[in-house]
Amino acid sequence: MKKSIRENIVYILVLFLAILFLSPIFIVFMNSFKGRFFISDTPFALPNAQTFVGLENYTSGIVKTGFLPALGYSLFITIFSVGTIVLFTSMTAWCITRVKSRLSSFIYYLLVFSMIVPFQMVMFTMSKMANILHLDNPIGIIVLYLGFGAGLSVFIFSGFIKTIPREIEEAATIDGCNPIQTFFLIVFPILRPIAITVAILNTMWIWNDYLLPYLTIGSNYKTIPIAVQYLQGGYGSKDMGAMMALLVLAIIPIVIFYLTSQKHIIKGVAAGAVKG
Amino acid sequence: MQKMPKRYYAFFTLPTLIAFVVAFFIPLLLGIYLSFTTFTTVTNSRWAGVSNYVRAFSEDNNFINATIFTVKFAIVSVILINILAFGLALLLTRKMRGENGFRTVFFMPNLIGGIVLGYIWLLIINGILINFGVDITYSATYGFWGLVVLMNWQMVGYMMIIYIAGILAIPTEIIEAAKIDGASGWQTLKNITFPLVMPAITICTFLTLANSFKLFDQNLSLTAGAPGRESSMLALDIFNTFYGRNGYEGIGQAKAVIFFLFVALIVLLQLRFSRKSELES
Repeated sequence: MKKSIRENIVYILVLFLAILFLSPIFIVFMNSFKGRFFISDTPFALPNAQTFVGLENYTSGIVKTGFLPALGYSLFITIFSVGTIVLFTSMTAWCITRVKSRLSSFIYYLLVFSMIVPFQMVMFTMSKMANILHLDNPIGIIVLYLGFGAGLSVFIFSGFIKTIPREIEEAATIDGCNPIQTFFLIVFPILRPIAITVAILNTMWIWNDYLLPYLTIGSNYKTIPIAVQYLQGGYGSKDMGAMMALLVLAIIPIVIFYLTSQKHIIKGVAAGAVKG
Repeated sequence: MQKMPKRYYAFFTLPTLIAFVVAFFIPLLLGIYLSFTTFTTVTNSRWAGVSNYVRAFSEDNNFINATIFTVKFAIVSVILINILAFGLALLLTRKMRGENGFRTVFFMPNLIGGIVLGYIWLLIINGILINFGVDITYSATYGFWGLVVLMNWQMVGYMMIIYIAGILAIPTEIIEAAKIDGASGWQTLKNITFPLVMPAITICTFLTLANSFKLFDQNLSLTAGAPGRESSMLALDIFNTFYGRNGYEGIGQAKAVIFFLFVALIVLLQLRFSRKSELES
């Protein structure tokens, strides 16, 4: 009896914390339906007959920032960069893990070293480089993400590949598979669980990334974080209504992504942390 | 497969390596070189020795202030985040109703990007401060605690997941044996749970430390350094030095090299710590 009272108190405490955790998102959602002049002064008041403006903030936010193209660029860049990273870094990781040579370990340590270098170290030179090589567009930026993301992804793939027995691959070679066939027919399917982890970690990074796209493609192609920041900086008196609507619109894709694959996300993030 | 024909080796490694060299390696070497020069674009650099490194500190106090602000922020964040995350992990490993739902909720803010997070909290913090007639740009103290709250909201769920994995990995027999021996809840926590989740504590400490140190997006959107540059952290100060005024690019690059050395030092410490705890266990 005493025990169950204690359990109930703990339960109510956790429930209270959970509501507290969700409240910021709810407050933004609530304010996205209020007139722009009622938001800053009374953000915690529910919309009423006087302050409610329906979807007006959403239409003005979408128009002012070009949200729909931003959503398109964000989706395009994230999907193709993540796909490219998973494909090429798994190939590289398998090759340098299986072929033991000086060159392989040199490549490995060089890539792992890149993980500890903060972006500010290369931001200026990388954006100039992107400019010179005409990588400053939504397709070219995929190359930049592959290059900058290679370290972590190769590191995670290599750690997993070391645990796979070689016998299967050797049998495939004896059966006449060349390395390309061995990798794509035999190895890649085995890598599936870790490929999901790599994909999730890179999706979280690239989808939310602000500085790299801002410096390389930001003036011509706005991704969602750039569109949000643009709304803050671009106008003399900022439109809080449009801002609230845009925040809600920016959160929706993440929530959908999270709710559809949360098991993989939580597992992947924990695995990535332990290794990274 | 100990050996692979050269053309296959190239096929597997070149796509990644070319992108790596173009996007990272050349920019890194160029960046280190440029930190010793005066330049406005990469093609007009003139050798300047270590003057950029001297001017990073002597020109104004921004860099030193940013370093102090960042170190303070990192210490406070690491402590608060890890205490809260560990506490939540303990609460959520008691076989409670709806544990998975709670985990989902606490983890979610981690997926929201830094820019968006900053504006969510700007609304809430300014909404509270308006009752006192001020806003977050009034004092760097407000910016500091605003960033701490924001960082906690973002990171606590993430660290909680790692702690939960650590706690669940403790064999139940050990806990049961302790109970039979009459150990109290606190004794079990202190003598069994803590030592056994030490690896998770190391990971979480360094993960929060590195993330706090490198914070940029949240800083830009929540305070943008205001008032003045008083609430600028290192990454934002470097960005402002680069892009704020012409002629300061070299100093910005020198600051970036110093920043890189700070981060590298944290990583080296982490490696030593985790090696040591591996040897002990």
